[in-house]
Amino acid sequence: MATHLKVSVWRGGKDGAFQSFEVPREASQTVLDVVTHIQRALDPTLAYRFACRVGMCGSCAMMVNGVPRWTCRTHVDKVVQKNELTIGPLRNLPIIRDLVTDMREFFDKWARAKGEFRGHATRQDDFAKVRPDSAPRVQADAGIECIGCAVCYAACDVVAWNPEYLGPAALNRAWTLVKDERDRDRIERLRAVAGDAGCHACHSHVSCTERCPKALSPTAAIAGLKREVAMAVLHGDL
Amino acid sequence: MTFRGEARLWIAQRASAALLALCVAVHLVTIVYAVRSGLTAAEILQRTRGSIAWFAFYSLFVLAVTVHAPIGLRSVLGEWLGWRGRSRDFALLLFAALLGWTGMRAVLGVFA
Repeated sequence: MATHLKVSVWRGGKDGAFQSFEVPREASQTVLDVVTHIQRALDPTLAYRFACRVGMCGSCAMMVNGVPRWTCRTHVDKVVQKNELTIGPLRNLPIIRDLVTDMREFFDKWARAKGEFRGHATRQDDFAKVRPDSAPRVQADAGIECIGCAVCYAACDVVAWNPEYLGPAALNRAWTLVKDERDRDRIERLRAVAGDAGCHACHSHVSCTERCPKALSPTAAIAGLKREVAMAVLHGDL
Repeated sequence: MTFRGEARLWIAQRASAALLALCVAVHLVTIVYAVRSGLTAAEILQRTRGSIAWFAFYSLFVLAVTVHAPIGLRSVLGEWLGWRGRSRDFALLLFAALLGWTGMRAVLGVFA
């Protein structure tokens, strides 16, 4: 193992450029460790985001050697190429500065996909009894561990080609709610996710599923939404 | 276009894809079978002309292409050229008409 890594880090806004650093190589070093070393020891003006450092919060996603990854759980060993790392801000999102992107559009699209739960029940009703092994619950469970890191959004070519496209995370969220029998906004949600900006824009490239650090499959969720929308249209519900 | 229209286009795209899978398979097998010992154009036309079943089959093939290709091209035009809106849909209607016209012209030439 070499004593130092050659690291290129994006500096500035969209017209910025990569800046080179030499970072001491450590055992079990993560990409976030590398970025933190640069900020604490080499250049305190470097802007980047992180919070939990254990893969729960979804704050620290960046492009690492051209691939979107959660940096706190990405070991340098796994991604280093010829002792070099190139670290940039997430693709498909506006750059604020250095490694920090503006996530507003990403989360606004969750809202546009009607990503909030709205239940049937009131506080006077008993708890909903949902069988964990029922088919809808199993399908919803497969998608609910999303941490909102936007890795899938950065990996998606359709987002790059069609800026209005809601993207894999928002559609995955909508799918988990469509499959939640306690929710009462199913039809409104299907309306929100249908069309050229919604699930029908997906070409099933599977980049989102390939890159999701939580091993979810937004591709399957989007395919499910296409089926649900088709059935709702055929039944005259939409 | 409304979300309902987009959803209908998606259904049409999938249904025509299923038809095309069948039609292309039958078409290829027929070609290989028909020319396995060598046939002239005149001999082929002698066998195809007047066949109602083949006329119906290839008319269905043309219909599937006429539906499928413009919907696929619609996404390509939107994503690669940024061409969206009514002008795109109108242009694709013309393209569909061209496909249907040339396709049926060929079918009538071989089977009528």
